[in-house]
Amino acid sequence: MDVLTLSRIQFTLTISFHYIYPPLSIGLGVMLVLMEGMWLKTGKAIYHQMARFWTKVFALTFAIGVATGIVMEFEFGTNWATYSRYVGDVFGSALAAEGIFAFFLESGFLALLLFGWDKVGRKLHFFATCMVCLGAHFSAIWIVVANSWMQTPAGYHIVGEGMKARAEITDFWGMVFNPSSMDRLFHTLCGAWQAGAFLVVSVSAWYLLKKKHEAFAKTSMRVGLAVALVASLLQLVTGHTSAQGVAKNQPVKLAAFEGLYETTTNAPLTLFGWVDEKNEKVIGSAIPGMLSFLAHNNTAKPVTGLREAAPDPKGRPPVNFTFQMFHLMVVIGLGMIAVAAFGAFFCWRGVLFRKRWMLWVLVLSVLGPQIANQAGWFAAEVGRQPWIVQGLLRTSEGLSAVVKANMVLTSMILFTAVYVLLFAVFVYLLNDKIQHGPDEADLTPSGKLALPERNKA
Amino acid sequence: MNFGSLDLNTTWFILIGVLFTGYAMLDGFDLGVGALHLFTKKDEDRRIMLNAIGPVWDGNEVWLVTGGGALFAAFPNVYATVFSGFYLAFVLLLVALIFRAVAIEFRSKQPMRWWRQMWDVGFSAGSILSSLLIGVAMGNIACGVPIDGRGEFAGTFLGLLGPYPLLVGVTTVALFMMHGAIYALMKTEGPLHDKLRRWVINCMIFFIICYAVTTMATLLYVPHMAARVRANPWLFSIALVNMLAIANIPREIHHGRDWRAFLSSCVAMIALMGLFGLEMYPNLVLSNPEVANSLTVHNASSSQKTLGVMLTIALIGVPIVLAYTVSIYWIFRGKVKLDKMSY
Repeated sequence: MDVLTLSRIQFTLTISFHYIYPPLSIGLGVMLVLMEGMWLKTGKAIYHQMARFWTKVFALTFAIGVATGIVMEFEFGTNWATYSRYVGDVFGSALAAEGIFAFFLESGFLALLLFGWDKVGRKLHFFATCMVCLGAHFSAIWIVVANSWMQTPAGYHIVGEGMKARAEITDFWGMVFNPSSMDRLFHTLCGAWQAGAFLVVSVSAWYLLKKKHEAFAKTSMRVGLAVALVASLLQLVTGHTSAQGVAKNQPVKLAAFEGLYETTTNAPLTLFGWVDEKNEKVIGSAIPGMLSFLAHNNTAKPVTGLREAAPDPKGRPPVNFTFQMFHLMVVIGLGMIAVAAFGAFFCWRGVLFRKRWMLWVLVLSVLGPQIANQAGWFAAEVGRQPWIVQGLLRTSEGLSAVVKANMVLTSMILFTAVYVLLFAVFVYLLNDKIQHGPDEADLTPSGKLALPERNKA
Repeated sequence: MNFGSLDLNTTWFILIGVLFTGYAMLDGFDLGVGALHLFTKKDEDRRIMLNAIGPVWDGNEVWLVTGGGALFAAFPNVYATVFSGFYLAFVLLLVALIFRAVAIEFRSKQPMRWWRQMWDVGFSAGSILSSLLIGVAMGNIACGVPIDGRGEFAGTFLGLLGPYPLLVGVTTVALFMMHGAIYALMKTEGPLHDKLRRWVINCMIFFIICYAVTTMATLLYVPHMAARVRANPWLFSIALVNMLAIANIPREIHHGRDWRAFLSSCVAMIALMGLFGLEMYPNLVLSNPEVANSLTVHNASSSQKTLGVMLTIALIGVPIVLAYTVSIYWIFRGKVKLDKMSY
């Protein structure tokens, strides 16, 4: 295999593995803020127990997220050096802002979140939890801004020619608020909230099935389902606005999402199917007019097809792959709304904890956001091909000039081995924590955390 | 923000130096504690060592992440050339840093002997390898690497493992071990503390030998790294501060003033990095033998606009970062006490 293929496979491997963890950190961060907030507000010890238990899970996901995240930062330079020279002025500044505003905040206050339970008062601890959560969100902001700039470049001009050409910022805020950044940011964040909420839901459902830690599980389930439902519904809105942005700014990608070759009015939305790339058609069932409606809020408006948007097949992404990833994401997204809605409904009616089949569905629901998050990113990034920066730089032009195939192969084998080990250990430890369950001792706060209670009494 | 006639390129050269110095001072002691980890035999002692850096190592590593990000943004050509040129070395560094990080998190989660032994080795080997590779990279930057006319690295992986870079690598390990041992002194008590007090002496001897050899080698074989001080004798005062700070460490240790010994060690690092930056300037990557191909603060930088934007970001962000970093160190001051949240 050549350097390009190997580098792309390595990037896919490392980013996909990394992307299991940050959404969990962001989502669990929100859950922790809610749980600890409820504890502060109500003074009920069960919320303290919940916050303590989920903090341990949070710590686990955070550690792997950080460890695999440094790989990403280095990989731009090691494998995509020409890309780094080209975008450094734009992308680099967003990445540096991420370091200063997000990573320091997260990791600094993480110390208090994890180890500060008995060292500081409950208000300060809650503040630390909020800061960790905020830092996690900031990191999403900057990296999604940088990635969105690669989808819809704005606020820049090109300086130099040929090998020396590069993009330079002309308008910093224009770069930050590029046409797709805010839609994609909220879409990504909703996906992250879903990842955290459904993990809480899933573990709680497991306890209820096994009749363990039931008081803990019931309260966790309620908080988890509430966030899951809100995030899943919001996701529908952000998904819709994101798709409209893609229709406007990246017609090739939108056409690939739907396997639309001919520009058509009343364009159909395929429910499921298969793109026959050779004969340029889609085999499957579709709702007429729905795509036009989704893209333009109007069934009569035309949606640009691939033949018009990218006449040269070399200028198109792998259509079927993009199509399948996009549809996988949408189907799971809709499924998660159904699961969260039914779960919340049963919970409200007070029958959820007896419906074993529903609890099993909820146990499995943890996979939903993970698959949808991965599929969504695949659709977004593969759908941008052959460009690494839309319309400016091709992926094949972004490689490091001096890195050879055997070097990439070596690093890929190393990373794969390390990541397989990490994943096995992660699953083992996560399972261990879940089997061990919440600590009963956490129902009686100790150290400084107990002080305000005593003062009250 | 408008920075008038301020030389932004030089400012960012200094700021990136500050970030990497911060990394050396802070994560340096984490890596040093890691390097010493296997010398402690009892499980409880190992846990105390781990928890001495427990709440802070993560934040310390961010200095490297932010330094890397700042280099990417301010000097993209340097970032691209060095990271792609030192490909395998950086991949090894990443693997070492991953093992270091997850070993801290995983080690004490299970009681089995083999489990803890495995992660102990991962933690220690990861820390030693990280320090060594960081030092080797510094050594290469100091003596210069082959750069071609396009500004790309023209050497090989094995070419990076020359005697001088390896010497700097070993010196870095020694420096971090001493720094880590002093930090661990501040965080421990009882028999472990007494044991560490003996180790600090050994670490100091190890470091001072390495330091002396590296200094001699630099003067003999890498004379350009002393040229500016030779031309401006008053700059020798920085070297003097460096030597005095190092000499002060055994003195403070002898008097049992561990905190002051740690400060001296920090000052020594700052002075060393200061000298390094002073001798490198305006080069970021010295090309050897084709000096004309060197990457400098001028030919490798981002636009003035970006450097200005980033300086604004740094001026807003860094004071906040410093404020809460100091507060967090303050909250976690004092000797390590193991509890149920500990590693």
